Amino acid sequence: MRSYVPAYDMRVPLELDEALETMAREPGEWKPFAGGTDLMVLLEQGRLADRKFLSVARLKGLRGFALTDDHVTLGAMITYRQVQTTAILQQEFPLLCRAAYETGGLATQNRGTLGGNIANASPAADSPPALLVYDAELELVSASRTRWVPYAGFHLGYKKMDLRPEEVIRNIRLPRTKKNWRQYYRKVGTRRAQAISKVCFAGAALVEHGGISDVRIALGSMAPTVLRCRKTEALLLGPLTAEMIRAAADELAREIQPIDDFRSTARYRTRVAQKLLEEFLLGLITPPAGESA
Amino acid sequence: MAMQSDSMPDRFIGKSIPRKEGREKVTGRAVYVDDIAMLDMLHGVTVRSQVARGHLRGIRFAESIPWDEFTIVTAKDIPGKNCVALILDDQPCLANQVVNHAEEPVLLLAHADPYLLEEARRAVELDIEPLPPVFTIDDSLAKKQLIWGEDNIFKSFLVESGDVESAWSRAHLIVEGEYETGAQEQLYIEPQGIIATFDAEDGLTVWGSMQCPYYVHRALMTLLNLPVNSVRVIQTETGGGFGGKEEYPSMIAGHAALLARKSGKPVKIVYDRMEDMAATTKRHPSRTRHRTAVTREGKLLAMDIEFVVDGGAYATLSPVVLSRGTIHAAGPYFCPNVRIRSKAVATNFPPHGAFRGFGAPQSVFALERQMDQVARALGLTPEEFRRRNFVKEGETLAVGQMVREKIDMAALMECALDLSDYHAKRKRFAEENPRRAVKRGIGLASFLHGAGFTGSGERYMASLVGAEATPEGQVRVLAASTEMGQGTTTVFSQIAAEALGVDFDLIEIVQPDTALVPNSGPTVASRTCMVVGKLVESAVLGIRQQLLSSSLLKDKYTSEQFRQACRLFIQNHGELKSTAEYSAPVGVYWDDEKYRGDAYGAYAWAVYVAEVSVDMTTYEIRVDDLVAVQEVGRVINPVLATGQIEGGVAQGVGFALYENVVWQEGRMVNSQMTNYIMPTSADLPRIRVFFEEVPYAHGPGGAKGIGELPIDGPAPAIVNAIENAIGVSIKRIPVTPEVLMEALEGVHA
Amino acid sequence: MPEAPKVAVSFAVNGEPRTVEAYPMARLLDVLRHELRLTGTKEGCGEGECGACSVLIDGELVNSCLVPVAQVEGCRITTIEGISGETLHAVQEAFVECGAAQCGICTPGMVLAAVTLIERHSAQPTEDDVRNGLAGNLCRCTGYMRIFEAVLQACEKSVGAGA
Repeated sequence: MRSYVPAYDMRVPLELDEALETMAREPGEWKPFAGGTDLMVLLEQGRLADRKFLSVARLKGLRGFALTDDHVTLGAMITYRQVQTTAILQQEFPLLCRAAYETGGLATQNRGTLGGNIANASPAADSPPALLVYDAELELVSASRTRWVPYAGFHLGYKKMDLRPEEVIRNIRLPRTKKNWRQYYRKVGTRRAQAISKVCFAGAALVEHGGISDVRIALGSMAPTVLRCRKTEALLLGPLTAEMIRAAADELAREIQPIDDFRSTARYRTRVAQKLLEEFLLGLITPPAGESA
Repeated sequence: MAMQSDSMPDRFIGKSIPRKEGREKVTGRAVYVDDIAMLDMLHGVTVRSQVARGHLRGIRFAESIPWDEFTIVTAKDIPGKNCVALILDDQPCLANQVVNHAEEPVLLLAHADPYLLEEARRAVELDIEPLPPVFTIDDSLAKKQLIWGEDNIFKSFLVESGDVESAWSRAHLIVEGEYETGAQEQLYIEPQGIIATFDAEDGLTVWGSMQCPYYVHRALMTLLNLPVNSVRVIQTETGGGFGGKEEYPSMIAGHAALLARKSGKPVKIVYDRMEDMAATTKRHPSRTRHRTAVTREGKLLAMDIEFVVDGGAYATLSPVVLSRGTIHAAGPYFCPNVRIRSKAVATNFPPHGAFRGFGAPQSVFALERQMDQVARALGLTPEEFRRRNFVKEGETLAVGQMVREKIDMAALMECALDLSDYHAKRKRFAEENPRRAVKRGIGLASFLHGAGFTGSGERYMASLVGAEATPEGQVRVLAASTEMGQGTTTVFSQIAAEALGVDFDLIEIVQPDTALVPNSGPTVASRTCMVVGKLVESAVLGIRQQLLSSSLLKDKYTSEQFRQACRLFIQNHGELKSTAEYSAPVGVYWDDEKYRGDAYGAYAWAVYVAEVSVDMTTYEIRVDDLVAVQEVGRVINPVLATGQIEGGVAQGVGFALYENVVWQEGRMVNSQMTNYIMPTSADLPRIRVFFEEVPYAHGPGGAKGIGELPIDGPAPAIVNAIENAIGVSIKRIPVTPEVLMEALEGVHA
Repeated sequence: MPEAPKVAVSFAVNGEPRTVEAYPMARLLDVLRHELRLTGTKEGCGEGECGACSVLIDGELVNSCLVPVAQVEGCRITTIEGISGETLHAVQEAFVECGAAQCGICTPGMVLAAVTLIERHSAQPTEDDVRNGLAGNLCRCTGYMRIFEAVLQACEKSVGAGA
C-alpha cells in the first residue's frame, strides 16, 4: 500500500439525498465512490489524488430499474454481474452484457458498476463503446436539479466529463430501438480474461433491403475518450460494397487517435480497429446466425 | 495399517499420495512470512536509486517527516563486507557512491507504521549524477561504456567437439539464424518477504520465503561479519519460487538484518507486487546465433552456436545460468562438429537471475527454431530431420558426454506425434487454412534437461542429509531442501517410507532451519528429488541398518515393530541418527577447464507438440492443444509430477506468447499483474502430460529430475506451430500480437 | 499530516459479529489480516488482479484488497477460515486429493472462487464454466489443470450427495 491511508476519508451516506446535500455543501470536496475497482488500484499505487469520498455503491436511489415500451432504465450502481444476468439486457442489449462479461474476473464484476465505469472515464473501459452504440442517455442529479444528457458527448477529453462537482450519475437509459439491428462487439485484450483492452470495438447496423440504413460504430482505447466514429458511419449507408468497406477503413484510421504505450502500439491499434470494422461489416452480409456478439 | 516391508514393494513410490501440507494450504492455516506478526515489530522499506547508472552525491530528507522516529540504514551501517555473497560477491547490499541500475537499494527505513513508512520513502531524495547507461547486448559487447570489470563480461564458455571450421566446405547446406528471448518475471504469487530479529545473545535469526536457506545464511555471515552459529535462517511456507527466490532473498534478508540490528527490534520487509516485479531478478534475455551445416542425407555436420545472455548490472548467478544454457544449446542431437561460444554480459538493468530452466529455455528455443529452419531448407519435415539426428545410446552429446541412458528419442517423438494426431492435423490444416481467417498450425520441439548441478557442482557441494528417530518411533528427515509448492515434503516422505518399509505417517520432514538441518544444497536445478532424495533414502537406510545391526529389528518387520525398535534403541543408546553425504556415481567425469565430460548425472528427455490458432484479424495466438511426453526416470508421485509439468508448460506458454517486460530507461514500466500478462485459466489449452519411465540407477526409487524440463519445450513448439500456420518464421519471443503483425506486414509489404 | 479519524465499522465475519476501529479507507484485506488476524486471506498483487485476497461479501466473491472497510458496515463476510469446520468442504477435499494446491498462496482465494462457482453460478459447471469462473484467480504453479479437475470432482461429489 503506497498511499498514506489515514489521509483518506470516506463517508457512507444512507440516502441519495444525504449524499447530494453533502456534495452541494462542499462542491468538489467529496467524490462519489462506487465499487472501487479502479479507485482502490490508484490508492494501492499511491496515485489517488482525491482525498474524500462518499460511498454511493449501495444507495437505493442509484439502484433503480425500470422497463417501459421505449426504454430500459438502469440505476447507475448496477454491477457488471447484474448487467449480465438481466434478461432484457441479454435479449436486446447483448453488447452490454458481453462488455460486462469481459470486464475483469467475477470478483470485479460483483463490485464494479456501470455508473462507476462511466464516471471513471477510462478510454480503455469495456462498456462505454456498447453504451455509445445503444445511444444511451445519462441522468445526472444534484441536490438542486436533474438533467438528461446523451452519453455521446458526455466525455469531453481525457478524464474530463460533462459532470458538475455536485452531480452524480443516477440512471443510464437505453432506448429500445436496436433490437432488430445486427450487433457486434469485440474486445481485443492481452489475454482472454482479466485484460485491459488494446482495442475495443462495438458496432450495430440496421440492415434493410440489402443495404445499411443506419449504423453505429464506437471504439475504446483509441483516443483520449471512448469514441463514436460518426464520419466512418456516414460512409456506410446504402448497399455494402468492397469499395465502401475500404473507404470506411481509411476514414476510421483518420478518426481515431491511438497512441503507443506499454500495452500496445498505435500501428497495431489502428490496423486491428480497421480489421474489426471489416469483420463487422462482412458479418452483415452473411446470415445473422454466423455473427459474433 | 501394518504390512511386511518386503511383501509389498513400491508401497509409496509411484503412488499419488496427497500433498502432506495440503490440508493446511486449503484451509488457509499454512503460515507464510507475511502472516507472522511479532511484538514491537517494525516494517522496513528500501529506497532505490531510480537512475540506471550514476554517482551518488548525497541524500536529502524532506522536513515533513518525523525522522527521529525512524531507523535509517545506509552502506555505512554495514559491519561486514558490503555485498550479497554468492559467486563473485560483486553486488553491494546497499549502494555506496555508485549505482549501476535503477532499482539498486541505497537506503533502508524502518518504522512501526507501514503507512507513514511509505510517506517517508517518498520523502527521501537521492542526489545522483547520471552516467551513460548500457541497455543492449551489442553496446555491452562493444564496450560502449565500461560498466563491469575489464570488458563487461561476467563469464564466457567455449565448448568444442570435432572441428567446425573444417566442416563448412563439406556441407550440402548451411543455414544461419538469429533468435532472441525476452526477460521473464517468475511471478510467484507470494511476494518476497523476510523477518529478522537481532540480539547480542542469540545473534541474528531470519524467517522468510526462500528456496535456499544456506545461501541466505552465508550471505548474512558475510554482511554482518558473524560466526556460523550466530546466524539462523528459517524457511517459512513459501508461495512459489521458480528460481526467483534463489538469490534475491539474501538481499532482503541482509536489509532486514541491518534494520533489526540497528533498531534492536524485529523488522519485517515484504515487497508489494510492483516492487517485487520491478526490483527482483528475471529470466536473462538472450540472443543466439546459429550456423548449421548438414549433409545431403539430412545429417547434422556442424553446429556453430553463439549464445549471449544479458546479465544485468551484477554477476549474481549469471555464470551458472550461462553454463546451463551453453550445455543445453546443442540439444538431444548427435553432431560430429560442434562449437558453442557463450557470454554473459553486463548491462544497467537490474540483475537477471535464476528462473526455472536456468538458461536452457533460451538456448533450446533458438535450437529448436533453427532445427525447423534447417529441415525446411533440406525439404524434410521437422520430425524427419530430427529423427535422423537424435543422439542414441552410446553416442556423445556436444560436451562429449556419452549417453548411457536407455533413451529412444525417436520412439518418444512417435508417441508425441500419435497422441497429438500430428500427421492428420498437419494435413488438414494445410487444406483448410487458405480459406480461414483463423489459421491453425502444429509444431514440435525435442529437448533434454540435465538434472542436478552442472559438471562438478554436486561434487563440490557435497550435500548432507540427516535422519533421526524420535523416542516415539518416528523418523525425522533433516534436509535443507525447501517446499515451495513442488512437493518436496511429500516426495521425501514417500522415498523415506519406501526405503524403510514403514507407514507414510511415520516420516516427518523437518522444516528447513539452519540451526536444525544440515546443508543439502540449494533447492534448484531439478536436483531435489534425484540428488537430495537419494541422500534421504541413504540417510533413512542408515537408521534401519543400525536397528538391524543391533538386532532390535529383524529383516521383516511391521511399522509397529519398527517404532518399537526405535524406542528401544533410543532407550539403550540415547539417540538414533544417521547422515548421508553425496558422492558422485562411479564413472562420472567432468573437466572444468575444457568444459567437457559428463555435464549431468542424468537427463530428462522430452518431445512436446503444440497446436495453435492464429487469428488474422487481431493477430492473437491461442494454444489449442499441448502434448507433453517425457522420460524422467521413475515417477515418484504421478499427480505431483503431472502438476509440475503442467505448471512448467503454463509458464512456457507465457514465455512464448504473453510475458513481455517493457523497459524504459532501465526500469520495468509494466510492473503490475494487470500489465505484465501471465496466462489465466481461460488462456491455456488442456495440457496433456505423458510419462515414459525408465528407472535411473542412481536416483531414489529410479527417479530423475523433473522441475525445469517442462519450461524448455513449449516456446519453440508453439513458435514452430505458428510458422506452420502462417508460413512466417518468427525469431523472437514473446510473440505478442504486435510482434506478429509487424512480422506479417513485413512479409506482405 | 492531515488525517481522517478512525471509525467504528461493524460487520459479521464467518458468522461472528465484529466491530473494528479503522481508517475508513483501510483495505478490508488489511483489517482481516491485521486487526482480526485472519491470515488465510492472502495478498498477491494489491490491485484486484490475482484473486489471492478473495472473500465473500454477502455471499458474493470480491477482492478484499479493493474494498475500503467503511463499505462493509453491516455486511456478512466469509473468509477461508469460515469455509470448513471439523471436516473439510468438498472443494477443499478435492483440492487436496487432485493436487490442485501447490505452493498454496492462491489456494484460499481459489477455493472461495470455486465454492461460489459451484454454489451460486452453476451446480454442474462444464470445464469452460470453470475456466471462466476462475479466470479472476491467478495461479502460477499448476497451470490450472489440477484445479479444474478438483472443481469438477467436487461438483460430482456434491451432486452425488444430493447437495
